[in-house]
Amino acid sequence: MSDIQNRVIAIIAEQAVLEPADITMSSTLEDLGIDSLGLVESIFAIEEEFDINVPFNANDPQESDFDISTVASIVAGIGNLVKEQS
Amino acid sequence: MKRVVITGAGTINSLGHDVPATLEAMREGRCGIGPLEFRDVERLQIRIGGQVRGYEPEARFNRQQLSLYDRFTQFTLIAAREAIAQSGLEFSGELAARAGVILGNSGGGMTTLDENYRSVYEEGKNRVHPFVVPKLMNNAAASHVSMEFNLKGPSFTVSTACASSNHAMAQAFQMVHGGVTPAMVTGGSESMLCFGGVKAWEGLRVMSKDACRPFSANRNGMVQGEGAGVFVFEELEHAKKRGAEILAEVIGYAMTSDAADIVMPSKQGASRAIAGAMRDARVNPEDVGYINAHGTGTAANDKVESAAVADVFGAHADKLMISSTKSMHGHLIGGTGAVELLACIMAVRDGVIAPTIGYEEPDPECALDIVPNVARDCAVDVALSNAFSFGGLNAVIALRGV
Repeated sequence: MSDIQNRVIAIIAEQAVLEPADITMSSTLEDLGIDSLGLVESIFAIEEEFDINVPFNANDPQESDFDISTVASIVAGIGNLVKEQS
Repeated sequence: MKRVVITGAGTINSLGHDVPATLEAMREGRCGIGPLEFRDVERLQIRIGGQVRGYEPEARFNRQQLSLYDRFTQFTLIAAREAIAQSGLEFSGELAARAGVILGNSGGGMTTLDENYRSVYEEGKNRVHPFVVPKLMNNAAASHVSMEFNLKGPSFTVSTACASSNHAMAQAFQMVHGGVTPAMVTGGSESMLCFGGVKAWEGLRVMSKDACRPFSANRNGMVQGEGAGVFVFEELEHAKKRGAEILAEVIGYAMTSDAADIVMPSKQGASRAIAGAMRDARVNPEDVGYINAHGTGTAANDKVESAAVADVFGAHADKLMISSTKSMHGHLIGGTGAVELLACIMAVRDGVIAPTIGYEEPDPECALDIVPNVARDCAVDVALSNAFSFGGLNAVIALRGV
């Protein structure tokens, strides 16, 4: 899990132009200054990194089967997807 | 009707990364055409082009910008920054609300398209970067210029193949001329020098394998270039009031359609556009000292264009100068009229006529003074810039020195 966490945080940090150490598990994407384009780019980078499909619909992020409310929820979601899709 | 002047110019092309470098190359008759450098070039039969060299995108744009900017957008922004800085205009308040940007472009983000087609078709990938669409759309460059400079008036992209920039600049001229806005940013750009872009042109069999030699009897086709040209068109009194440097006055234009053939040029279509531009600018044929030719270096264009000029100008056709700077920077397709307008500005402002380089043998069907190989010092009052596109859509712009 911590390997996934580190890799997800590295991707989010790059997108936010921050150091990984500046990202906490309770940070929201908004806190980190990641806008809607930054979000889809992060999801793309995560899909590439883990070779998974993330069920995220930018038209209605709330309705997606993927919780992006905090870094912790994203890491947990990726963890599940990696398990399901591997 | 308002008089319209040019108060800023910017460019990046194979001759130089800004206007001074480009004009110096034109004065010296330098050639920007050379061996193409990109992936899979060895699979092409056509391996030369006017590629922008020594260009480092990372020195001009940050990583986030580069993820959104195709090469044609990068070129456009570089040219727009130079033009708007020279004009000294800052777009805020009422000026920002009225001023816009109209740009010519033909292929859109061809490099982006090429790379992503390669990734899904050749490499079998099933996922593409989320910004492929916003990067490749033809209006991406105009939109990014509007965002970077706060232009909130009418903005759009005009696509008429090789005449795109002239059609775009004619629209921008008309908006300032008609009083819609005191200033417009206009011009055009193109970047098709990638494997798929050149391969498509190769198919048409109009490309030269060795050089662009417009009007020369041994010419054997066109050579593609890339880059951008951007200008600030401004209402004369607005420019005078703020003491702006005026590079030239835009005095008229005309647009015509051949309504004939999808690739073959028409003498009537071309001559109607040239005559129409003079009529719109209220100048007589004898006033025109220089024409920047469309001059692609194809057998058909140069012959038809020479005949059109001879028809329109009669005896004066032998006295005016007409050159094709495509011999130096290549054919920038949708951006070509913008870069070529620089040669017209140099003619009416500096009295320097850019040459047609690569000229080797006279062609009796192109018997005009094409300023062969060496630039010429000669004061010129009025200059025309010709653009005749595939699809028979023509646009000619007239400039006068101030």
